[in-house]
Amino acid sequence: MGGIGGIADFDRMMNGFNWYKYASPATFYTLAGRLIPWFYGAAAVLCAAGLYIAFFLAPTDFQQSEAYRIIFIHVPAAWMSMFIYIVMAAWAAIGLAFNTRLSFMMASALAPTGAMLTFVSLWTGALWGKPTWGAWWVWDARLTSELILFFLYLGFMALQAAIDDPRRADRAGALIALVGVVNVPIIYFSVKWWNTLHQGASISMTKAPSMAAIMLEGMLVMALAAWMYAIAAALSRVRSIILERERNSQWVAQMMEAEA
Amino acid sequence: MSWNSWTEFFHMGGYAFYVWGSYAVTAVLIAGEILLLRTHRRKALELVRRTVKYGKVGNNEETA
Amino acid sequence: MNMLQIVNVVLRRELILAMRRRGDVLTVLFFFVIVASLFPLGVGPDPKLLRLMGGGVVWVSALLAAMLSLGRLFASDYADGTLEQLILTPTPPVVWITGKILAHWLVSGVPLILVAPILGVQFGLSGEALLVLVVSLLLGTPVLSLIGAIGAALTLGLRGGGVLVSLLVLPLYIPVLIFGAGAVDGAMSGLGAEAHLSLLGSILILAFILTPWAVSAALRISIE
Repeated sequence: MGGIGGIADFDRMMNGFNWYKYASPATFYTLAGRLIPWFYGAAAVLCAAGLYIAFFLAPTDFQQSEAYRIIFIHVPAAWMSMFIYIVMAAWAAIGLAFNTRLSFMMASALAPTGAMLTFVSLWTGALWGKPTWGAWWVWDARLTSELILFFLYLGFMALQAAIDDPRRADRAGALIALVGVVNVPIIYFSVKWWNTLHQGASISMTKAPSMAAIMLEGMLVMALAAWMYAIAAALSRVRSIILERERNSQWVAQMMEAEA
Repeated sequence: MSWNSWTEFFHMGGYAFYVWGSYAVTAVLIAGEILLLRTHRRKALELVRRTVKYGKVGNNEETA
Repeated sequence: MNMLQIVNVVLRRELILAMRRRGDVLTVLFFFVIVASLFPLGVGPDPKLLRLMGGGVVWVSALLAAMLSLGRLFASDYADGTLEQLILTPTPPVVWITGKILAHWLVSGVPLILVAPILGVQFGLSGEALLVLVVSLLLGTPVLSLIGAIGAALTLGLRGGGVLVSLLVLPLYIPVLIFGAGAVDGAMSGLGAEAHLSLLGSILILAFILTPWAVSAALRISIE
């Protein structure tokens, strides 16, 4: 009896739940609106926890003294910048495969936040490098790859901005995002190669001093905070994009009248 | 990690410029993005109100 | 007509059209030479420094010249409607796209390969380094045409023009630059260029197989 009930439940879940419901901009708009405060809230809480770890739990580093505390921003920002690019490319692929407008809108909504985090990673990388290795910029594999990732984000945004037709802008951006994501491992590998070849006096930034567990925990908490923030920001942005793109449709008109 | 005083905390072992420079710029950028998000939403709502009021609006058209 | 014949026909058409517009072709070549000559003027004539920089400078100049030439790839066919007609033919687009890119490389890439040794001599590169430079460009410039074609296809008829294509395409060029200039470096330092050249070769094969499909998709997106 339990077994048959189980199958029936599963079947209802698979066929009864309307997966395409949330692919409609109208439904997603409302859903996103309800979710956004929760994600901002989670981000704030996690950030507070992370900062507490960063400044009050993590001990002074033997070699780098207090300057190392920058990693609690630098590393999470770097991780998230790459993660967001991959998610962006995934939305692009879904959009091209299923021809769903909303998927493309999500990709466009993620790009500015990803670009901002990439810039943060570069900026904090420079400020960390100067006291630690004596130079504002080191051409190590990770920082150089981050720089190129920044260009990839900018290229995506510039291309979409240059195209007036929304459909063409969606699809062109999607293509360049996918081409970019395929190239990221190639670029990273080639930059690593280039870096080891020219290893002069520079010390690799990736060979960080052996980390106390608490440092890693701090970075993970901050990374989670950044993730929650990125989701909140992207959902907020996508709502504005939905309004702009769907402004001629009935559900928007009805919503405006309901609010008036 | 115990700081002996707030002054010591802000001093950051002499690296105040780098540490606070990083955290401050990040905070500014995040605040900036949130501000831009609100402006974006405001502009989108204005566009929608104009559309509902005056009928279909194209991509770059100005209403009369 | 089979595929090879189609490529042949497209190739001949492109070459004839390029011959009529010789100015465009020569401009790109002169740009290559001028840019490469700017570097010594910028950093000083110290021969040791120039010899170290030479491979990289020639390669960067080749990159920039390649990018400059991308505008010609689809623009005129797009403007007069030929591109639409080509897409409407029963031939799979990857076939004539390959033909177009091959023609582009012959017209914009090969001249660079031929002139590069002269520039290399200006930088004091050794004989072996010059040879490696030529081989690396031989392997790398087709990749520049292939990847560049994606950028050209995506930006058909757009305002941004050449700058937008640069922003899109230059990050993708970076691995080619690293291995190309690295090969010359390897030859000069004695560490050998084989690894770099084999990697360049692999990238070329990969690009040759994959990019025409991306270009085809990009053209469809731009034209619909």
